[in-house]
Amino acid sequence: MNKYLADRLATACFWAAAAVITGILLFFLTHIFWRGAPVLSLAFVLGTPREMTAGGGVGPQLFNTFYILVLSLLFSLPIGVGAGIYLAEYARPGPLTNLIRLSTECLASVPSIVLGLFGAVVFVWYLGLGFCILAGAAALALLNLPVLVRVTEEALRAIPVSYREASLALGATKWQTIRRVVLPSALLGMVTGVSLVAGRALGESAILIYTAGLSVSRYFPDFDPFVAGETLAVHLWYVNAQSLVPDATRIADGSAALLVLVVLVFNLCIGIPSRILQRRLLGGGGK
Amino acid sequence: MTRIRHSVLWYDRFFRYVFVASAALVSLIILAVVFFVARQGFLTFTVVSPWEFLFTTNWNPPANYGAFTFIFGSFAVTVLAICFGGPLGLAGAIFLAKVAPEWVRESLRPATDLFVGIPSVVYGWIGLTVFVPFVREHVNGAGFGLLVAGIILGIMILPTVISVSEDSLRAVSPALEEASYGLGATRWQTLSRVVLPAAAPGLVTAVILGMARAIGEAMAVQMVIGNSPQFPRSLVTPTATLTSEIVLEMGNTPFGSTWNNALFFMAFTLLVLSLAMILVVRLVVRHRGATP
Repeated sequence: MNKYLADRLATACFWAAAAVITGILLFFLTHIFWRGAPVLSLAFVLGTPREMTAGGGVGPQLFNTFYILVLSLLFSLPIGVGAGIYLAEYARPGPLTNLIRLSTECLASVPSIVLGLFGAVVFVWYLGLGFCILAGAAALALLNLPVLVRVTEEALRAIPVSYREASLALGATKWQTIRRVVLPSALLGMVTGVSLVAGRALGESAILIYTAGLSVSRYFPDFDPFVAGETLAVHLWYVNAQSLVPDATRIADGSAALLVLVVLVFNLCIGIPSRILQRRLLGGGGK
Repeated sequence: MTRIRHSVLWYDRFFRYVFVASAALVSLIILAVVFFVARQGFLTFTVVSPWEFLFTTNWNPPANYGAFTFIFGSFAVTVLAICFGGPLGLAGAIFLAKVAPEWVRESLRPATDLFVGIPSVVYGWIGLTVFVPFVREHVNGAGFGLLVAGIILGIMILPTVISVSEDSLRAVSPALEEASYGLGATRWQTLSRVVLPAAAPGLVTAVILGMARAIGEAMAVQMVIGNSPQFPRSLVTPTATLTSEIVLEMGNTPFGSTWNNALFFMAFTLLVLSLAMILVVRLVVRHRGATP
């Protein structure tokens, strides 16, 4: 009888753990939107920030968030996808492949503040860009890179070997096989992976403070990549840490809610549909 | 015909080189990161002795550069994070992998995605608006300090711990479990004596990856730690960590000054610690490969 009691108790503990985890999440989301929702108006979301008086918005920060994300993907996608293709299609077991795998893992484990300092040394000072959107995007690209390599490799490895064999048997070269057969079938998996990377990059702040800077352009929208570009996540930190505006609490509440909302909407619009589509395609006859 | 084949093969070789070059670039980048951060960091020791930097607690630049408080703070918040997040995450992973009915599992899966989706500054902001006032009123002290930082980090590492350990629990061969059930063991007996030992390397990996995430987290910690360079006398007195100190002081120090270099050496310390954790994970995984 004793062991059945222990089993029941253990099961109860696991259910309790799951309930605690879900409870924390629900509490966080409620707290974020409870405090932030009253602030979220069109004037706040698209308005320009103010330094000293109340009533400022976060329009330029929201714009910079997406602008830096797009630029950073522009830098990191070709390299990340290229390295992923190499690891999935070309690499043979050996010291070189081991080295590349190890460096990808190491790069993924570097704390983002350390990458931020590296970006500050190389892009801001040595290349003389100063605190600007371009420097921030380049540093953020380093953060995206290892994840992109991994998701590309995983997406390519999910494609059955028989696809490649069929193409090669028809006389196609390796590159023709990759371009016409492997990449199209793996595209959906790669989009899912990229959306995960982008969702994470949207909320990143430590890497951007000392590369993209803490101020925004006077013009909005400003596409000049050589001006400082504070993002929404950085703004949330800045408002809490050292801002002088009298309504800092209000702006922090609104920024937090808007930031989480942006990440969620982004995931809902790109991540989840592609995940469902992918499951359906692979379930329907892909494998 | 031969000419066409020739150009096709040329393309083939060209793209091969493109891919090799991108892969090599990834290796080059991590080497460059280590090189530049280390070079800038080691300039500190032209002025400050390594002993003073690593083992004394008087941080008062430009006179004294004792950074032990920050090193201790980083380790302390990491250990606290594992104490809070480790058991909860492992229990959650066991629940998802072995206990939960199908529909509960499917409805909980987006929950872990949501945890990842919340940006780290928002975690910091929640710490600032919920946990710090709570601790100030119900425990004591200023509220800022290791305790709140540890709790926030413990929650932040949950998705890492859960997803890595869930994968390793699923990878345990069903034959082992069935043999245990066949002998009349209950689910808890099977879990505690068969599944968990078999999945142990994966669970260790999960905890180490959680630690790597916790020790490198900057923004959330900076917002709740209190940012005072004093050795913490309790869990609720303001102190600082390596990451929080870098975030706080990087903006006020000119590039190339000893103060600035000291911040780079702190970053180098973080870099070495997180690379060491990756190597430990590699060893653990290889060990698993050796014993089936």
